[in-house]
Amino acid sequence: MAKRIDVSGLSAFYGAHKAIDDISMTVEPRSVTAFIGPSGCGKSTFLRTLNRMHEVTPGGRVEGKVMLDDENLYGSNVDPVAVRRTVGMVFQRPNPFPTMSIFDNVAAGLRLNGKYKKSALNDIVEKSLKGANLWNEVKDRLNKPGSGLSGGQQQRLCIARAIAVEPDVLLMDEPCSALDPISTLAIEDLIGELKERFTIVIVTHNMQQAARVSDRTAFFNLAAVGQPGKLIELDDTERIFSNPSVQATEDYISGRFG
Amino acid sequence: MSHAIQERPVSVAPRRGPLSHARLPRWTPAAVAAFSIAAGIGIGLAAGWHSKVQWGMLAALLFVLTTYAVTTKVEGARQAKDRVATSLVWVCFVLAVVPLLSLAWVTISKGMAVLDVYFLTHSMNGVLDTEAGGGVYHALLGTIEQVGIATLIAAPIGLLTAVYLVEYGGGKLAQAVTFFVDVMTGIPSIVAGLFILATWNLMLGFGPSGFAGAMALAILMMPVVVRSTEEMLKLVPNELREASLALGIPKWRTILKVVLPTAIGGITTGVMLAVARITGETAPVLLLVFGTKLINPNPFEGAQSSLPLYVYEQYAVGTDASVARAWAAALVLIAFVMILNLVARGIARWKAPKTGR
Repeated sequence: MAKRIDVSGLSAFYGAHKAIDDISMTVEPRSVTAFIGPSGCGKSTFLRTLNRMHEVTPGGRVEGKVMLDDENLYGSNVDPVAVRRTVGMVFQRPNPFPTMSIFDNVAAGLRLNGKYKKSALNDIVEKSLKGANLWNEVKDRLNKPGSGLSGGQQQRLCIARAIAVEPDVLLMDEPCSALDPISTLAIEDLIGELKERFTIVIVTHNMQQAARVSDRTAFFNLAAVGQPGKLIELDDTERIFSNPSVQATEDYISGRFG
Repeated sequence: MSHAIQERPVSVAPRRGPLSHARLPRWTPAAVAAFSIAAGIGIGLAAGWHSKVQWGMLAALLFVLTTYAVTTKVEGARQAKDRVATSLVWVCFVLAVVPLLSLAWVTISKGMAVLDVYFLTHSMNGVLDTEAGGGVYHALLGTIEQVGIATLIAAPIGLLTAVYLVEYGGGKLAQAVTFFVDVMTGIPSIVAGLFILATWNLMLGFGPSGFAGAMALAILMMPVVVRSTEEMLKLVPNELREASLALGIPKWRTILKVVLPTAIGGITTGVMLAVARITGETAPVLLLVFGTKLINPNPFEGAQSSLPLYVYEQYAVGTDASVARAWAAALVLIAFVMILNLVARGIARWKAPKTGR
């Protein structure tokens, strides 16, 4: 099911402000691609253009093409809602629905889309929670509110919720930045398992994490504050961290600037 | 190390470091309050002041001053300021609560005189206003129907307006709507009544009815519902909306199934407060519902009564019996609003997002 993402000439705007400029890259299916770069360089913005969440922000606007296999996400007849069913997303801060139980949280995507069989729902929830390595911890309290879980559990619940709708691509926006090292490890292991089934794109500020989980790494940078962010280079993670082809990447990775 | 700490003799007074200083015992504020009240009463009696308000003012003043004097002496100037601020807060709290309690007390003590099952289940049909007897049933029924219809009109419109403003609006139209909602909040109830009188009754030629009154009440209720719902919807974290949208859930379903349920507790409370506000409205009811002594269960035809109108009418008659009825009806009105509030709180607590483990 995993699909290839092919971005060409993509720029994103907030009103008149250009946030990212002319980005082209290919994300391979069944792989993990990490985005690294300084704050404000447009990693998250770029990630959000990949499932049309960018335009949810007031004033958000996109130019360019994002091909998912052979369909342009920004084609004139494309329904953003359908795009988001195909390209799922996990956010920086765990955000389970506070009014719903653990079970309902995982089932939310299916239920609220109205496309499910009642008999299959239990199986899907169990499968998704197992897929997110959370099943054993919550199987006895599926009817308890999701907000009662710990931060790391909540984030895995959000991952379970995202994979329950069976997307082709999973976008993760700094999924571990609010978590402790043990929860982070659990989620990194999970990413390793999920890449068998999904195309995964992850934004991270943690370079060790990028080195640990990703197959390919993209480095973003911006010329100065207020300038749009640009893709500096995209290569195999090993190459980026050992022998990057651009000096700026090496400076960033080794902690030298300017 | 911990061993050494345990072995330290308990009886030795704690050493004065630069961070510690003399403290007043914990019961000091209570003692000062008791002293001030006693002094207030004593001085008031001695000076022969008739008004108990003067006694109370004196006690409050004494409370603040004594607190300041005692604290300055024992604890120092900074602590004194702190204590004075605290005691001022207490005095203001008491000042706010006293009228409330006395209002409740007066209404209950005067209202209980004629309030019984007979009073609640009978109308004024065949009873002279000047004589004892009769009841409030027709007015209670009228209030319930008028407020119910007003809520049925105003709550959905207000709710949807707020949803538009928070979830969809943002342009010039939303600004204009917000502005007019603010203006509407300040509409005097008599103006709303006159507006319905001019359009519904005079232009379209309908007679007085509960429904006409309900429309005027709906006009008064709508801005309150919009305002409170808007604030509640703004409190829903944007992350929840994004989480839902990112699951491929359409925006309208996101609002219906994620945003509104998260805010439903606050929204219910807001609607109930608006209901409480319009329940006591007299002016539009006087103009449009007209008032009657008979039971008229049909809100769409013929004059009805309502509790505030009933209170006004009975008090205006001025005999002992009618004034007693007015107080009893006022008590029924307060009880009605209070029960609505309790129900709203119950719903809010039941529906509120749960955080337990």
